[in-house]
Amino acid sequence: MKSGGMELDIVPVTGELNVGPQHPGSGHMRIFVKLNGDIIEDAEIDPGYVHRAVEKLGENRNYIHLIPLVERPAILDSVNMNLGYILAVEKILNVDVPERAQYLRSFAAEISRIASHLYGMGILAIFIGHSTGFMWGFGDREVWVQILEALTGARITNSYILPGGVRRDLTPAVIEMTKKAIAYQRKKMKDWERIFLNNPNIKARLQDVGVMTREQAIEWGAAGPNLRGSGVYYDARKAEPYGAYSKLDFEIPVYKEGDGYARTLVRFEEIEQSLRILEQVIKDIPEGQILSDRFFKQIPPTRLKKWWEGQKRIVMPGYYASFRPPKGEAISRVEAGRGELVYYVVSDGSAKPYRLRMITPSYRSIYVMKNLLKGARYADLVSIYGSLDYFPPEADR
Amino acid sequence: MGVEKVSEKPIDLVVKLLQERKIPLKVEGDTRGSIEVDKSKLVETAKVLKELGFDHVKAVTGIDYPDQAKFQVVYHVSSFDLQLSKVIIALKTWTSYKEPVVPSLLSVWGSVWTGERETYEMLGITFEGNPDMRRLFLPEDFEGVYPLRKSFKVKTEGLFVDKSS
Repeated sequence: MKSGGMELDIVPVTGELNVGPQHPGSGHMRIFVKLNGDIIEDAEIDPGYVHRAVEKLGENRNYIHLIPLVERPAILDSVNMNLGYILAVEKILNVDVPERAQYLRSFAAEISRIASHLYGMGILAIFIGHSTGFMWGFGDREVWVQILEALTGARITNSYILPGGVRRDLTPAVIEMTKKAIAYQRKKMKDWERIFLNNPNIKARLQDVGVMTREQAIEWGAAGPNLRGSGVYYDARKAEPYGAYSKLDFEIPVYKEGDGYARTLVRFEEIEQSLRILEQVIKDIPEGQILSDRFFKQIPPTRLKKWWEGQKRIVMPGYYASFRPPKGEAISRVEAGRGELVYYVVSDGSAKPYRLRMITPSYRSIYVMKNLLKGARYADLVSIYGSLDYFPPEADR
Repeated sequence: MGVEKVSEKPIDLVVKLLQERKIPLKVEGDTRGSIEVDKSKLVETAKVLKELGFDHVKAVTGIDYPDQAKFQVVYHVSSFDLQLSKVIIALKTWTSYKEPVVPSLLSVWGSVWTGERETYEMLGITFEGNPDMRRLFLPEDFEGVYPLRKSFKVKTEGLFVDKSS
């Protein structure tokens, strides 16, 4: 090609590139991309760098000892990870959970969801070069993490939910903190809207990027906000209400566009819905027990006096240490922050699960991401990755 | 699926639809059911389920039963349809140690891709027709095979308590 007297050869460049395993954003994974120019012709997702062997270890630990293990994969959304597992175990045990505990489960789960969404938005922001969004996401998250700390005693690995109930009761201090946090977050969401959602740079990076049609989302088995960003109305909290969700009033945001921006909007609006749920829980939560009588009765009286009457805390009765559920199997689903989380537990009557299957929303995003990357521009890889809110430890388990 | 009236239990609708097609469904609660088929009829049954509106697979699970020298493969099938989404059907089949091969359902549901690939690397069950029968999560230099088989033992370290101090 001649231009201004200079000889210029345009050679089509094809090649292969390793993205990761030391990823500059979140966790560790490798994406092996085949490029033609800057178009991704094929993408090979190579997860497993943060594999914890949850399913294998699950066969070697007692049921109660698995709680800290199953909540590790998504450490920033651990209440939901904990809840899904407990729901499956409770189904095999056939336990009734008191009403107040159900409300507390929803309460903790929604705080976890808000924290997870803020984390995801922060990661997306830094991926596409918006470092303010990164700082804000992690800063705002702190508010919610502190409420979880006041409620459960731990910032992230809460292990709050037990078979038959929850570990600690709501205190006036936690309610006060939550009310303040709700007001703060509402104010902050307006700032987010101005600086992030309506930012022309963010729109340019997300709109019409990584478009997934409704049919594709269903075929690839997408989950959570990724699915709802493609126009599918599905939320496990509505399809199979657990906790107190059947009594709470909330909406499921759905967008039809299917691009990264739609997925971000879904997450953004879900935070508002979660705030609404928290308000309702604070207003409507009934008085009563927080642990099923079946287990509560087994707590020794001296311990009850010290911990329950004094501080409204449950001290685990000895039963939990090595209980043996009857033979059987159960599959549970909860809507975790990133989407539907499925546990399949098979019991052979011993103190350990015979088989524990854990399907996390990020696990389901592996196939979605592989397909979405095909045909995208290389520069959009991070935008697609971020907009799917993919979290490697959660996918690896 | 048809536009029948909503029955009392979500599973009832599925029972009726499957009866018409002569597929026996074991009801396991208001929203759960399971179908056990021979692996030769797996694809056929899956196609019927898909026709009925079960549009995705939530989980593919392999379970090792060493005392019977066989594996069970379970597909948890569900739908994003407003009514059908309440139901999860477990589609179960068996395969022996001697011939750990099951036909792949990738041609019916794309969403089985990750699960089939993981079940292959963790249990050594080959899904015939799935082109990606290679490792996914395990490292390339992982030694020993099929970690989710019961014969694969996890090495545990004992607790060390120093009594002198």
